[in-house]
Amino acid sequence: MGLQGATSMQYLLWFFGIATCVKLLLIPSYHSTDFEVHRNWLALTHSLPLSQWYSDETSPWTLDYPPFFAYFERILSIFANLIDPQIVHPQKGLNYSSNTVVSFQRITVILSDLCMLYGVYRLTKDLDSKRRTLIWVLVIWSPMLVIVDHVHFQYNGFLLGFLFISLSYLEEGRDLMGGFFFAVLLCFKHLFAVAAPVYFVYLLRHYCCGGLVRGLRRLSAMGAVVTAVFAAAYAPFVYQGQIQQVLRRMFPFGRGLCHAYWAPNFWVFYIILDKLLTFFLRKFGFAIPTPEASFTGGLVGDSSPFSILPQITPLTTFMIVLLALSPCLIKAWREPQPGMVTRWVAYAYTCGFLFGWHVHEKASLHFVIPLATIAVQNMDSARHYYLLSIVSSYSLFPLLFEVREYPIKVLLLLLYSIIMWLVFSAQFTDGQEAKATSPINKEAGRLELKGNGNVAAKKGGFVIRGIEKSYLVGLLVVEIWGQLLHSIFFGERLPFVPLMLISIYCGLGIVYSWIWQLRWIIRSPES
Amino acid sequence: MEKRRGRKVMKDKEEVVDDDPRWWLVHKGIAASFLYISMFALLVRVAVSLHPYSGAGNPPKYGDFEAQRHWMDITLNMPVEEWYRNSTTNDLSYWGLDYPPLTAYQSYVHGLFIRLFHPEAVSLFTSRGHESYLGKLLMRWTVLSSDALVFFPAVFYFVFVYYSGRPHGQKTDIAWHIAIMLLSPCLILIDHGHFQYNCISLGLTVGAVAAVHSNKELVAYFLFGLALNHKQVLRRLAPFERGIYEDYVANFWYTTSVFIKWKRMFTTQSLKLLSLGATVSTCLPSMLQLNSAFSFYMFSFQVHEKSILLPLLPASLLALEEPFLLKWITLHALFSMFPLLRRDGLILPYIALSILFTLIYHAPSGRRQDRKETPSFNSFVTTIIVLCSVVLHIVYLTMQPPRRYPFLFEAVIMLLCFSQFMVLCFYTNAKQWMLKRSVFMDKEKKLL
Repeated sequence: MGLQGATSMQYLLWFFGIATCVKLLLIPSYHSTDFEVHRNWLALTHSLPLSQWYSDETSPWTLDYPPFFAYFERILSIFANLIDPQIVHPQKGLNYSSNTVVSFQRITVILSDLCMLYGVYRLTKDLDSKRRTLIWVLVIWSPMLVIVDHVHFQYNGFLLGFLFISLSYLEEGRDLMGGFFFAVLLCFKHLFAVAAPVYFVYLLRHYCCGGLVRGLRRLSAMGAVVTAVFAAAYAPFVYQGQIQQVLRRMFPFGRGLCHAYWAPNFWVFYIILDKLLTFFLRKFGFAIPTPEASFTGGLVGDSSPFSILPQITPLTTFMIVLLALSPCLIKAWREPQPGMVTRWVAYAYTCGFLFGWHVHEKASLHFVIPLATIAVQNMDSARHYYLLSIVSSYSLFPLLFEVREYPIKVLLLLLYSIIMWLVFSAQFTDGQEAKATSPINKEAGRLELKGNGNVAAKKGGFVIRGIEKSYLVGLLVVEIWGQLLHSIFFGERLPFVPLMLISIYCGLGIVYSWIWQLRWIIRSPES
Repeated sequence: MEKRRGRKVMKDKEEVVDDDPRWWLVHKGIAASFLYISMFALLVRVAVSLHPYSGAGNPPKYGDFEAQRHWMDITLNMPVEEWYRNSTTNDLSYWGLDYPPLTAYQSYVHGLFIRLFHPEAVSLFTSRGHESYLGKLLMRWTVLSSDALVFFPAVFYFVFVYYSGRPHGQKTDIAWHIAIMLLSPCLILIDHGHFQYNCISLGLTVGAVAAVHSNKELVAYFLFGLALNHKQVLRRLAPFERGIYEDYVANFWYTTSVFIKWKRMFTTQSLKLLSLGATVSTCLPSMLQLNSAFSFYMFSFQVHEKSILLPLLPASLLALEEPFLLKWITLHALFSMFPLLRRDGLILPYIALSILFTLIYHAPSGRRQDRKETPSFNSFVTTIIVLCSVVLHIVYLTMQPPRRYPFLFEAVIMLLCFSQFMVLCFYTNAKQWMLKRSVFMDKEKKLL
C-alpha cells in the first residue's frame, strides 16, 4: 500500500507551505549587502540599455553573473517597477531599503524556490514514497537555504532547482535534456561550471557512444544544444562588442585567495601551516621577511602573501581542483552509470569548494544539498550527511552576526538535527538496511563491519559513531568559546580568533567529507 | 469521542506506516514529537518577534510595549507599597499598573534581567519612550522565556495527562493536538507581536485544567489562583473610568450599541451592575470553562480584543473532540484582531500565521479526513462566510471609509465576528446541556 500520486504532491506542497510561512516571517530579518547588489541589478537592467549592463559603474555592486541572470533580473524589475518605481531608479534607489523593496525581493526568492521544489520532485519521482518524502524533508527544510537565501539574501534555491532538473534527466537516461539544463544553469551562474568536467566526460562516454558515426552525430547534437544555449545568453553582447567586458566582470581574479571570512576549505590549513612554520623558524633564528601582500587582498605583482610555502595562483588552484577531480573523471570515463551522477557532481563541487580560488562559505550549498538526495540510500551515506550538513550549517553562522538572529540560526540548526535524526531512524529500522537499492551496498556492508555502525544497523535505529559524536560536541565548544569564553579570557584582543577557529574546525569536517566521498567513488563497484 | 471509537484502532506500527505519511514524524514517541514541535513553535515566535510591537515609534503614549517597560522601571525603582499608588514619581495616568500583583512581580524579575544588560531601558523617568535595538530584543526575550518556561510545560503536562487515560490515542493525533495548541496564531501574534504576557496566565490556566484532569485538585486551585493573580481571568480590577467599551470589540455591548445608545441611557454605575448581571447569568448554564470564558468575553465590562484568547484556550484544549469549533473560533478571533494588528504593522505575521495554522489544521493524512469536518450542509454556509471575510480584509486594507462613519469597516468586521461567536456560544451551551442530560440518563439506567 503506498500513497497515490495526488496525495504525495499534496504532501510536498504541504512541506513547502510550512517552510514558506517561516520564510515570510523572516522577511524583516537582517539582510546583507547582497540585497543591495540584487536591487542594483534590478535597477540597472531596468533603466539602462543592454550595452551598458556590464560596464555601468553607478554603484560598486556591478553585474558579475552571466547574462541569463541579468535577463531574470530584468523580468523581475518589471514587477518591481509596478510596485514601487523607486526600487529600479538607478540613483534614487541606491541603498533603498524600505519595507516595499525588502518584501518584494524576499518574496521573489520565496517564489523562485518553487523551481527547486520542482527539481527535487523530478529527481525523486521514481523512488518509493517513503524515501521520496524523507528526501523532500531534508531538502526543503534545509537550514542552509533559509540562512543564505532567505536571511542573508541570495538566489541559490532556483539555481539548485535547475541543477536537480538536469541531474534528474541524466538519471533517467535523457542525456540531451540533462546537458541542456546544465548549460542553462551555467548561463545563470558560472560558478556551477566546476562540475563541467564531470558532465563532459559522462556525456561523452554515455551519450556519444555506440560506434563512430552515431557517436559523432550525438556529439554534434549535444554541441549544437549547448552552443544554442550559450548563444542565447551571450550573442547580444558579442553583437555589441561587449564580450571582453562581460568576461572580465565574470572572472574577477583581482581578488585574493581567500574571502574576508575564510571559507572552511583546504587553504585555511595551508595558511595556518605557513604561519606556524614562520613562527617556529623565526624562533630558531631564521630571518623570515614579513610578506606585503595579504590573503584577502588582490595579487600584488609578483609578491606572495606566504612567507615560506610556495605562492598560490588562480592557475595553481585550477590545476589542483582538476587533480582532485581526476579519480572521479576516470571512474566516469570507465563506466558512466546514471545512478552515480549525483554523487560525482556533488564530489566535483566539493573539490571546487576545498581547493578553489576565493571561495565563499556559501558555496558549500552546491554540494551539501545534492548530497541530501542520496543520503537515504544507506546508513553510511546518512551518517555522512548528518555530520556534513551540521558542520556546513554551522560554518554559515558567521554570516548572521547580529544578536537578533542568533536564536533563529541556532533553532534552525537544532530543529534540522532532530528532523534528520527522525528521518534517518525512520528509514533505517530493522530490515530496512537490507532493502537499500544502491548497488554499492555490499561494499558498504563490508566497510561497515570494521566500525560499530553495523551493530546499530542490525539493532535498528540511526546511531552515529563515537568519533563523530565528539566532533559535534567540539562544535558546541567552539561556539561557546566564540560567544562567551573568548571575551572573558582575551577581552578585546585577537578578535579574529573565534572566526578562525570556526573556519579551521569546520574545515576539518569538510575535508573528512571530501575523503569519504572520494573513497566511496573509488570503491564503487563496476559491473 | 464516539466518532473516534468507530475508526480503525492502531494495532501495531505497520498499519500506521502504510496508512499515514506522517508516521516518520511521530514514530519516536510523544516526548520526541513534543520536543521538535516546541522547537518549531519557538522558532516561529522568535521570527514573529522580529516584527514591530504595539505603539512602535508612536509618541507620546506608544502602546502596550511601553506599558510593560514602564511597569518594569516602576517595580524596579520603587518600593512595593508605591507600585499601585499615585504619586509624583509614579504617575498612574501614564500606563499605571492595572494588573494584579503577580504581573507586578513578574515585571520586577524581568526588569532585573534587562537592567543587567541595558540599564537605560529601565531607569526611572529617563527611560520613558525608550526604543532601541537592544531594548526591544531584551523585552522580546522576556516574553519568549516566559512562554517557554510557563506555557510550553503546561501544554506538555496537559497532553500527558489528557491522553494517559486514552490508550487508543493515535500518535499523529496527539502530535497534531500539541501543534495546534503551541502554534495558536492569536496567542503568538498578541504576545510576541503586539507585546503582552498572556502566555503566563494562560499557561497557568492550562496547568490548572491538567491538574483537574489528573485529580490533583489542590494543585489546580493553586495554579488557577496564580493565573487569576496574573491577569484577571474572571474578575477585573475594572477601570470603570474608561467606559463600558473601549475600542471596537466583538462584544454584545458594542454590537448592540449600534442600535441602542447604552451610554446615553444609563449611568456608569448601573451599567456596571448590568454587565455583572449579564456575565453571571450567562455563566449559570455552564460548567465547562469554554462557556464561562465565552460569556466573560461576550458580556463583561471593558474588554479588549485580546480577551478572545480566553475562550480560545479551552477551545484548543478540546481541539481533538471539536476540531471545527476550534478552527472557526480561531479564524474569527484572528479576524477580530485584524484592525489592532494592522495598527501595529503586523499584517505580514498575521497572514503567515493564518496560513501556518490552516496548514497544520489540515495536515495531510493517508486516510480521508472524515473526523475533522462537520456535515456537508454546513460547508456551503461556512464557505460564504469565509469569502465574505476575505473580501472584508481586502476592503479594510485598501479602501478609505466614508467620512461620516470613519470606523465603519471595523464595525462590520466586529459584527461578523460577533455573529459567529454567538452561534458558537449557542452551540457549546447546547452541547453542554445534552452532555448533562446523557450523563443524568446513564445514571438513571444504572439505578434501574
